[in-house]
Amino acid sequence: MRYVDEFRDPELITRASEEIRRLVDPERHYRIMEVCGGHTHAIYRFGLKDILPSNIELIHGPGCPVCVLPMGRIDDGLAIAKNNPNVIFVAFGDMMRVPGAQGSPFEHKARGTDVRIVYSPADALELARKNPDKEVVFFAIGFETTAPSTALTLMNARMQDVRNFSVFCNHVTIVPAIRAILDSPDMRLDGFIGPGHVSTVIGCRPYEWIATVEGKPVVTSGFEPLDLLQSIVMLLRQLRAGEARVENQYKRVVPWEGNRAALKVMAEVFELRPYFEWRGLGFISQSALRIRAQYAQWDAEQRFAVPETRVADPKAAQCGEVLKGVLKPAQCKLFGKECTPEHPIGALMVSSEGSCAAYYNYEYRKSLVSRIGPAVSRVA
Amino acid sequence: MCLAIPGRIVEIAAGQNLVGTVEVTGVRRKVQLGLLEDDLPKAGDWVLIHVGFAMSKISEQDAQEQMSLLSALGETEQAMEEVRGYGLENGDGHDGHLAWNEKPIA
Repeated sequence: MRYVDEFRDPELITRASEEIRRLVDPERHYRIMEVCGGHTHAIYRFGLKDILPSNIELIHGPGCPVCVLPMGRIDDGLAIAKNNPNVIFVAFGDMMRVPGAQGSPFEHKARGTDVRIVYSPADALELARKNPDKEVVFFAIGFETTAPSTALTLMNARMQDVRNFSVFCNHVTIVPAIRAILDSPDMRLDGFIGPGHVSTVIGCRPYEWIATVEGKPVVTSGFEPLDLLQSIVMLLRQLRAGEARVENQYKRVVPWEGNRAALKVMAEVFELRPYFEWRGLGFISQSALRIRAQYAQWDAEQRFAVPETRVADPKAAQCGEVLKGVLKPAQCKLFGKECTPEHPIGALMVSSEGSCAAYYNYEYRKSLVSRIGPAVSRVA
Repeated sequence: MCLAIPGRIVEIAAGQNLVGTVEVTGVRRKVQLGLLEDDLPKAGDWVLIHVGFAMSKISEQDAQEQMSLLSALGETEQAMEEVRGYGLENGDGHDGHLAWNEKPIA
């Protein structure tokens, strides 16, 4: 095993976990939500659960864009390509195996639809430029991490007057989802590990209401084991002192005010939808972005007929409960049986950042404790 | 799509569109710099890239740590596939078509 080398400093990990043990109140049960799917992946991969005291429970949040996208949106996007043979449907590789009710993009490709992968929205625009006799529809997805890139690409399309390019926009915003979770009656949370890369764009201010109105601390965090443990230390310090503030553990990447240029292009191109459906969470008001009227020429929902498919998740799948943290992945009836990363039924199994896939992939792997050995097990 | 890929800026292209060449572990590709227009990187600077757009400037040490994080998460291959794909180059010479290891599922 080479895992030991992957941690910069096992000694610091040990110290952070000692500090966590010093700060926890043994009488209290802590429920901390990590909002971002990248954090979920890292938490499982590094077995962090095993070095935390048993009364700290990590709840996996809604921050995996592939997971929260309702199936009907995939069907709608693909229907455009299926009904218009001149259309090239382009999406990120992550989307290709995600099932719609009528099949995944890959399956549509196998049936003859022109489906292609791009790795950047800029390349989708380039594809349109290279194929002037085709219509290129880019299936845009993601939180504020990828929304600015789509926005800038749309500005370029307009500036360069590329008219055979349009975007089927599924961008969502993280803060309303956090609000929906806090409003949910079966949910009790003590604090949040705030997203890393989303915060690079939006900064830390948009979380302030969570602290001031809801009285829950938020710490934006990096993705390494030490980052996550330090963020938990920062949360526990606040909880112990009875405080609720927004703090930034990931200062080396996240500026408090965010990325102004990125926020500017998003405001230029997008406006909030009145409501949008989230898989597992239902309709959330003002939680997603749509393309402004000035850019209607490049908005696939304006350019093409969209069937507005609504697909109910399979009854037995309990994605919603898992997504809200009410159930653990393995408590879903389908987990590991009908629903696996190879044959995902629910969305949380599709992406490596979905909590079910992460749990499945790492549940039986060696935890951080056994990897870095006695240093940590001494305090465990 | 959610991967943050660290790269070093090799050169900034002249012209109105803010575009540069980035190098990620030996692979050079075009990246968009428009989202860093308030604080443009120069050749030699390190950046974090999402979906072909440089999103933030970082230190060389942070870049190295991000690379080892990707490796620890088992995502290096996926990250490099993404980087190689920038500029519609998938390594197999077909614009935007499936890469060699991405077979449609029946």
